[in-house]
Amino acid sequence: MIKSGLKKLYMGLVFIFLYAPIVTLIVFSFNDSKSRAKWEGFTLKWYANMFHDPVIVKSLYYTLIIALIAAIVATLIGTFAAIGIHYMKKWFRGIVMNITYLPVLNPDIVTGIGLMLLFILINLKLGFESLLLAHITFCIPYVIISVLPKLKQLTPNTFEAALDLGATPFQTIWKVIVPEISPGIVTGFLLSFTLSLDDFVISYFTTGNGVQTLSITIYTMTKRGIKPEINALSTILFAAILVLLILINRRPGKNNVLLD
Amino acid sequence: MLRKWLATPYILWAIIFTIIPLAMILIYGVTIDDGGIRFSLENIMKAFDPIYFKALLRSIYYALISTIICLIIAYPLALILTEKRNAKVTVIFIFVLPMWMNFLLRTYAWLTILETNNGFLNTVLRFLHLPTIQIIGTPNAIILGMVYNFLPFMILPIYNVLSKIDPYVLEAAFDLGASKLTRFVKVILPLSIPGVISGITMVFMPAITTFVIPKLLGSGKINLIGNLIEQQFVQSYNWYFGASLSLVLMVIILISMGILNRVDPSREGGAL
Amino acid sequence: MKNSLIRLENISKSFDDELILNHISLDVKKNDFVTLLGPSGCGKTTTLRIIGGFETPDDGQVYFNDKVITQKPPYKRNINTVFQKYALFPHYNVFDNIAFGLKIKKMHHSDIKKKVDWALNLVNLKNFENRNIHQMSGGQQQRIAIARAIVNEPEVLLLDEPLGALDLKLRKDMQYELKELQRELGITFIYVTHDQEEALTMSSTVVVMNDGVIQQAGSPEMIYNEPTNAFVADFIGESNIISGVMRKDCFVELFNHGFVCVDKGFGINEAVDVVIRPEDVILLKPEKDKLTGKVTDCIFKGVHYETYVEAGGKEWMIHNTKSHIIGSDVSIDIAPENIHIMKKR
Repeated sequence: MIKSGLKKLYMGLVFIFLYAPIVTLIVFSFNDSKSRAKWEGFTLKWYANMFHDPVIVKSLYYTLIIALIAAIVATLIGTFAAIGIHYMKKWFRGIVMNITYLPVLNPDIVTGIGLMLLFILINLKLGFESLLLAHITFCIPYVIISVLPKLKQLTPNTFEAALDLGATPFQTIWKVIVPEISPGIVTGFLLSFTLSLDDFVISYFTTGNGVQTLSITIYTMTKRGIKPEINALSTILFAAILVLLILINRRPGKNNVLLD
Repeated sequence: MLRKWLATPYILWAIIFTIIPLAMILIYGVTIDDGGIRFSLENIMKAFDPIYFKALLRSIYYALISTIICLIIAYPLALILTEKRNAKVTVIFIFVLPMWMNFLLRTYAWLTILETNNGFLNTVLRFLHLPTIQIIGTPNAIILGMVYNFLPFMILPIYNVLSKIDPYVLEAAFDLGASKLTRFVKVILPLSIPGVISGITMVFMPAITTFVIPKLLGSGKINLIGNLIEQQFVQSYNWYFGASLSLVLMVIILISMGILNRVDPSREGGAL
Repeated sequence: MKNSLIRLENISKSFDDELILNHISLDVKKNDFVTLLGPSGCGKTTTLRIIGGFETPDDGQVYFNDKVITQKPPYKRNINTVFQKYALFPHYNVFDNIAFGLKIKKMHHSDIKKKVDWALNLVNLKNFENRNIHQMSGGQQQRIAIARAIVNEPEVLLLDEPLGALDLKLRKDMQYELKELQRELGITFIYVTHDQEEALTMSSTVVVMNDGVIQQAGSPEMIYNEPTNAFVADFIGESNIISGVMRKDCFVELFNHGFVCVDKGFGINEAVDVVIRPEDVILLKPEKDKLTGKVTDCIFKGVHYETYVEAGGKEWMIHNTKSHIIGSDVSIDIAPENIHIMKKR
């Protein structure tokens, strides 16, 4: 009995440690004061105000649009890449997979400055396009890593079976392979979307020209003090992701890759 | 056949956006521009000047301490979580969820809690007439930030391997006369090594490269290697030296991964 | 050659510098049930995949109705395949799996329905069309895979160890059903297996392969009774393979004992391989002039006893209906027509 109590206490302490800042943040999003120090009564004004702050609205827009486009493009390129990689000769697959793991294993700061150097070399002005290219780049490997296991789970000869029944290679991919690996594709897309939303370091080095994602706006604000509107916005985003995750984990034939 | 060509767009993409940038860092790292661009290891040498080298050692030290603390917190937690097989998804969910809140904000929230003068914690302490604590701006704050941000990366892989241990193996251990302690030392611990290894990698790597945590929680007073690199690119525009520092950082990471791989040559278990 | 539906001519194929098929040629007649038989790695599956169009040979040609189809992709061949692990599409139900090929051909919906019903009926799975693939047992999945292939009315059906994943009882039933199905449909079956019993039971022609070479092709009876070499003899059924010397026509010497046989045309004193099936060995009470040995083991096998006799420095396997005491002496006798002489390889 004591043991199980101790275990609960331990879990509780870690839980408090992990959630203390989040609770603080949420609480202060309802605080009727710009100060982070004192509680001066409940308000919803930051929730109303945030949509009137052009900087916040703009960075929210960039964050979402970049996450969406990056996730779509990365999912397309990554899914086809995964199918290609799956059917490659072993030695070549080994090389391609090593390259795929590079951005995953490389520190973000190195990926960020590398891309920045590249964009400057090819004379691409840092801004929306460079940011988008960077996000697609770090998302593709995660799509590949999500899709490949699904391809490995295909019954052997699935591709041949479709060809055998008269489907062209294109029909085979579209009608047989893609539907069967679709859980992996969905996971890859959601993973890309969240990674893009959450990224700061790579965005920091590859953006410019006034194009700011929420992360960058927040980083800029930390120097002068975070606006309470950001707390409000983050609370909403957090709640949205919470709901989204619960829905995903409820869907039939779920796979909790997002959690693994 | 068609399927062989499906990966071609990606391969081109990877060459342009993964290989070439890394090659550029390598080239910048081993060249200098003194009127003309030429090969030189001068900047690599400069990275070992005491001012920079100290930052490097400090980064390794902080990352190491944070990794150890994460391991100490995460391992027992993962063990406890493994016992809750029925509520698996929910429990894991709770411990991973914080990662989905913007990490800058979460880190910044620690300021609100811990600030020396009007931080939440000190206000409470003062109210209770207890001595206040000063942590913001100290190495401890940076380590706290690292532990806080990267703890889930340690919990997950360890939990993953632990939960995959075949229950029959555990029963077999008892059956063969092992006590609870022996079972842990001889069976559970060795089987969980792959998870521990990937946990260490996943905490140590971002910890040693971070420049945001020292900036926020160290009040910008303590520089880590990440800050130095960032300054070269964002403030002093000395890309050559910045690239050299990055190369040194990458070599350190490669060496530490090499050491880790030696501990666990199989490299099978664990999440990414 | 006339009358052949599929003809392989001098086919060679290597993977990663390993020669898998070494200049093989094969004729498959219409309505034949041909089995490619051999140990794993003998090249039988590769041969099937070349016929199906999943591999292109490095050398040689494939003819279909006397037309070269070597480079034709699988979706343009009127050949269908039943794969080893069925390769059913799990995201489709039974009906959609079977209808897959017909839908690709853009057949009219009502025709598709009719044909799928026909195919399901044929494999005894009437009214299963709305089932999920995961809900089906291994044997049922097997039948769906067959239905999915035959519904396209191929001229040739390729089957790659289709019964490999089934348990023994089910295998036996399916062997019988497949044979019936082939008769009923009147199409050519090319069947790959490593199970010699399966090959003998089902086929009209057995092609024994080893090391990328066809060792022997012929009717099951011929393969069993007249193996052309020691490999075939050893692989088909159980046999005692003994080195011997032809002393003259119709007379072979085994372990310094002369045996009358029926084979002629070997050179005088030529070394040969001799195959004797276990059921063809007759055990007698010890006789002076006969090859004599000791019983080392005798195992009851239901219909017969499997007796092992150490004679002439070799362990013989013998099937007969009498039990023998271990350690007792016996003499060995063999009827002339049961001694099969083969050239040494």
